Formats: sequence, C-alpha cells, structure tokens
Amino acid sequence: MPAPANSTAGPAAATVPNYLTEQGTTLKSWLTTHDHKRIALLYLVSITAFFFIGGAAATLIRLELATPAGDLVTHDTYNKLFTMHGVIMVWLFLIPSIPSALGNFLMPMMIGARDLAFPRLNLASWYIYVAGGIFTIAALIAGGVDTGWTFYTPFSTMFSNTHVILVLVGVFIVGFSSILTGLNFIVTVHTMRAPGMGWFRLPLFVWANYATSIILVLATPVLAMTLLLVAAERLFGVGIFDPALGGDPLLFQHLFWFYSHPAVYIMVLPAMGVVSEIIPCFARKRVFGYRFMAYAILGIAVFGFMVWGHHMFVSGSSVYGNMVFSLLSFLVAIPSAIKVFNWTATLYKGSITFSAPLLYALGFVGLFTIGGLTGLILASLAIDVHLTDTYFVVAHFHYIMVGGAVMAYLGGVHFWWPKISGRMYPESWGRVAALLIFFGFNLTFFPQYLLGYGGMPRRYHTYPPEFQLLNILSSAGASILAVGYLLPLGYLGWSLFYGKRAGANPWRATGLEWQTPSPPPTENFAHPPVVSTGPYGYEPQTGTEQPQ
Amino acid sequence: MKTAAPAAPASVPPQFDTPAQHDAAATLGLWVFLATELMFFGPLFFGYSYGRSHFPEAFAVASRHTDVVLGSINTAVLLTSSFTMALAVGMRKAKARRAAMWLLWATAALGVVFLCIKGTEYLHDWQQHLVPGTGFALEGGDSAGAQLFFFLYFATTALHAVHLTLGISATGIFALALQRGAAQFANGERIELVALYWHFVDVIWIFLYPILYLVGRSGG
Repeated sequence: MPAPANSTAGPAAATVPNYLTEQGTTLKSWLTTHDHKRIALLYLVSITAFFFIGGAAATLIRLELATPAGDLVTHDTYNKLFTMHGVIMVWLFLIPSIPSALGNFLMPMMIGARDLAFPRLNLASWYIYVAGGIFTIAALIAGGVDTGWTFYTPFSTMFSNTHVILVLVGVFIVGFSSILTGLNFIVTVHTMRAPGMGWFRLPLFVWANYATSIILVLATPVLAMTLLLVAAERLFGVGIFDPALGGDPLLFQHLFWFYSHPAVYIMVLPAMGVVSEIIPCFARKRVFGYRFMAYAILGIAVFGFMVWGHHMFVSGSSVYGNMVFSLLSFLVAIPSAIKVFNWTATLYKGSITFSAPLLYALGFVGLFTIGGLTGLILASLAIDVHLTDTYFVVAHFHYIMVGGAVMAYLGGVHFWWPKISGRMYPESWGRVAALLIFFGFNLTFFPQYLLGYGGMPRRYHTYPPEFQLLNILSSAGASILAVGYLLPLGYLGWSLFYGKRAGANPWRATGLEWQTPSPPPTENFAHPPVVSTGPYGYEPQTGTEQPQ
Repeated sequence: MKTAAPAAPASVPPQFDTPAQHDAAATLGLWVFLATELMFFGPLFFGYSYGRSHFPEAFAVASRHTDVVLGSINTAVLLTSSFTMALAVGMRKAKARRAAMWLLWATAALGVVFLCIKGTEYLHDWQQHLVPGTGFALEGGDSAGAQLFFFLYFATTALHAVHLTLGISATGIFALALQRGAAQFANGERIELVALYWHFVDVIWIFLYPILYLVGRSGG
C-alpha cells in the first residue's frame, strides 16, 4: 500500500525516502522484499482478509441463531460454518495477528536493530502462511469441514465425511510459519539489541512477543505432529487415537490442548504488550511496576504450559489430576491480576487523553478482566461440569480472544498507524469505532454468559424458544460489532491517501520506534541508536497531549 | 544519543554489525530450531509412554520382535558418525581442511550405512507382517497394544530417518564445498551448525534405541 504524496503533504515530508518508496512500488518489490516492515504489511493485508472471511461465517451463525428453529441453514452447514469460523479466526487471524503483523514491524525498531536476524526466513514464513491459508480456503470451497476447530477424535478420524485432511494440512503448514516467526523473534531479541538496550530496558511489547515466541516454538510442533497423526489414522488406518489400534481418543485431547491452551497466551500476551505501550503513553506516566510486568508475562507463558487439562474436566480424567489442573489454572490469575492492577495504577493520577488507541486499550483491560474472572469460574471443577460445552464457555473465550486480543490488536493498529503509514487516521472516527466495538461486543457476548448459565449448549443450530430473547440481543450486538469492524477498514484506507501527515512522533511517545521518521527508512535508523535510559520515561507535567 | 554506524565487513549480511553477531544469531537460531524439533518428536514419545503404561505385556512381546542385533550395530554406526563429525569440526577450525573434508565424507557415509541397515530391518519387519495397517499379525500378547508399539516404532524411526537424510545432505554439501576449495562457504562456524544438527539426530536415536529395542527385553 504505497502512500503517494499529494495535497495535504508538506513539501519536505513528501521527499523523505522511506520503506514504502525506497525499494520500489511494484508488486514484485513487495513479494520479494526482505524488509521486516514490508513483510509486516504483507501479513497485515492477509490477516485482514482472513478476519473478514471468518467474520462472514460468524455473521451467518448469528443470523441462524436469531430464531429457535433451524430455518436459515441446515445443521450440516451450521457445523461447517462454526468450524470455518474457528479455524480461520484462530490460526489464520489471531495467532499471527499481533506478532506477525505489528511485532514484525515494531520489534526490530523497538530494540534499535535494522531488521530481524533472519530476513529471508521472515519472508518464507509469510509464504508458508499463505500456502496454509490456501489449503484451508480450498477446504472451504470444496465443501467445508464439520469437526469444529478442535478436530476431536474419533469423529475427525473415523466418522466425519468432510474435507478434514485439507484443513489439517492447512493448519499444519501455517504452524511452521508461526515457528519460523517465533524463532526469528527469539534470536533477534537475544542478539540484535542496540548498545545499552539491556533486558530490563526492553519495552513490554518486546517482552510479550519474546515470551509468545517461546510458546510458538515449543507448543506449535506438538500440534503439528498431532495433526499429522490424525491424518495418518484417517488415511491409512494406523495411529494412536483409535482404541482398536491400541490408541486412545483422549490422547488426542491431551496433545491438542497441550498446544491449544498455550495458544490462548499466544493470542493474549502480545495483546498485553500492546496495551502496555498505549496506556503509559496516553496517561503520560511511566508504566507501574515494570519488572513485575515483565515477570508476569514470563509467568503467564510458563503457567500456560501446565493447565491444558482444564479443557478435559468432563473427559473422564483422574479426579486428582483435575484438581492439580484446576489449581494451576487458578494460579494463572495471579500474574494476570498483577498486569491488570499495574495498568490501573499506571492510569492513576495520570494526565489521560482518551484517544482511540487508549479507548481500545481500556476496552481490553475491562473485557480481559471479565474474560479472566469467568475463566476462574470454569476452572472450578464442580461448576465446570455444569458449564462445559455451553455458551458460557463460548462467551468466556470470546471475551479473551475478541474482547482481549482483537481490541488490543486494533488499538495497536491505530497507535502505530502514523508510524506505519506516515499518516494520521481521523481521530473522531477512531473513537466512534472503538466505542461501537466495545458496546457491540458486550451486547453480543454478555447474553451468551447468561445463555450458557441457563444451559444452552454450544454448536447447535436450534434451541428451545425460551432462549430466544438473549439470542436476539446477541445477534443484534453482532451487527453493531460488524459495523465497528468495517469502519476502521474504511477510514484507515481513506487516511492512506488523505490523512494528515504524521510527524516522527505524533504521540510524543518514548519508544525507539518513534525516534525515526514516519514512515521509517528501510534501515530503520539513520544512525544506530544507543540506549542510555529505561523505557517509558514519560513526564506527567507535560500531559497536555492532544492527538493530531 | 547517536553514534556513527560501525562499518561491517562485506561478508556479513546487512542486518548485522559484526561477524561475531552473525555467528551468535546463527548458533542460537539452530538451538531454537532443535528445541522445536524435539517438541515435534514429543507426541510420539508421549504416545510411547502411554502405550507402555497401558499395554506393558504387549509392548514387551512386540519389543522382542525388533532386530536387536541390527539395532545395536546401527547405534554403533551412528555414534561413530558423531565422533567423526566432532573431529571434522575440530579439524576445520584448526584449518586442516583436507582432513575435515574426509571426515565429513566419512560422517555422511556412516549415515548412509545406517539408513541401509535400517532399510534391511524394515524389510524383515515387512516379511514378518509387523507393519500396522497391512495385515498386522503378531503371535501372543494383546494385538492392539502390539500394533500400537509397531506404529510408534515405524513413526519414530522413519521420522528419525528423514532427519538423518537431511543431515547427510547437509554434510555432503559441506564436504563437497571443502573438496572444491569453497573455504569461505564451508567455514568452521557453519560446519559446527551442521554438526549440532547431526548430534541432535544422534541424540534422538540414543533415546529411541533403548525404548524400542532394549527395555522390552529386560525382565522375564
């Protein structure tokens, strides 16, 4: 997306060479680029496309659920819709969203490097991602998949007659894109930091993406092998999930959740990183308890590996095993709470500007808190028996993944938009969209907590009439949410051409990425930066910040 | 505070400042890659633990049908290849390029010998109807458990063989490069990375050998 110079541009700003123009503006120059900023934009465009495809599936789901009878789609189609919604949103949007798009763009700049350690690998990861996406979309076109995004055996191995293999291959391939990105980030943070950039001078966004990368590198291969085993069992009748072959279907759930629970932290840790950048900037205060924030990120990443069993409380696992998993799940709340309290303490007595990025970040804090607390309800063994596989679970994880991760992602896109594009987005539209999304989201998903608590199971296309009022509220909220998500697509696209030129540092933020022109030159910095202070050196008394 | 960019040598990619930084990144990159690889094998080892705890007798019976003689010879072959590989790195770093080249060729050749022996074993397994999914038949013990054992046996050893094949290719490329005098390409740091990978594949085997060939033979 090249940004041509025109009417609103100052004469000086238009002539500064930057990554959008320096390497050429042809399609080939984009598809063969090794520049982390350009690869980030390739990711940004592709994940946006997948977000709206996944969103279209969600729209049809909510339309179907507006009435108790199954009158819009058949139950088979409904199964395929929620499967595609889940597969696309989890693997093709949420997992790569913040790390591969924003992280790719920002991490090298935040640590004062010219690029990631392995630029060619970075480009390869995008091509691998696209290849995996094509397989997934091919399955959609060929007729869809009905296993749910969790591919539970023995349904996925023995009974489903849909295009399971295509999707398995797609997700398998996408996994390697995640692994390569994670590997690149880990090596970059270890070896490419600018002089003076010690570990405890790293912005929390870098910490968050670093911890996420460790999860990506250690958990994703387990999923890859597990999916391979499902495919082998489905294709050749050999494997470890079928009891007739000596296997156990429950083994699949263990292996799947060993990846897929940490995957939740792949989604939410980078989101926490984004929020930790936005809040200090618009409160004009140093982040409260920086070291605790960094340790909490690592703590969540480590605990995240040890709680997968809480997805299996009703699968017939041992009671004592369940008690341990329940306890460990409760422990995740401690570092999470540290983060929420520290963000709140950062805001306390700050000079707050309610700009669009901050609205998104505040939305994140609130919605993440609700999602996290309801997670504790689900982690309680006795209550979980009642709530498993109900809409309560659906509402819980959407509060974390959509209310948390997507809110923060959009906040990050707005916050760094001036840096990425060199243009300001229209601030009032940004605020309207943030508020619409916040209200639309709550109207969509809060009724689902009540539905689930009332006993409505997930993954059915019909329901008893007494659930209709709450379902109509939820579907109405979804339509507001849809408008909220389409708005930024419009005004951010508009701002590429007509937005006011952004200076190097429109928010007067402190990160290294703001110490270079917007958009940055290809090598990021005219001179390699040398770091002499810690992050977030905001001065409260200068809190007269007005965006734009 | 800003300082002028340090001039990096031409052989270093533009994102790095110094050759040392380049080497550190490459080495760490390979270690992280090996961590990923280890986790990739993880579900198979986990599946083995599951099977062994659920079907101890069947696993013991099935394990006795593996070829412990060929398996042991292969273990010796692979350990020797790691030895020649380690020597090759030392020789290359001591600038003894010719010795390094021959040691790399020896390493690759031992890898090929391993694959040939493994192939012979697979042939014997096939003749004895030990391949799951193709008329699996094994006398005595629980058939499902035994089939699970042999599924894991084939899955782990085949995956190991795929990794070994990649290792042989990489080793061969560097041996050829040294033979053709491409010393800049086949420098000590790069050969050390190939060696790291080779040793990793070796370590995987060091775990596979006892769990597949030995443990089931212990006891009555």
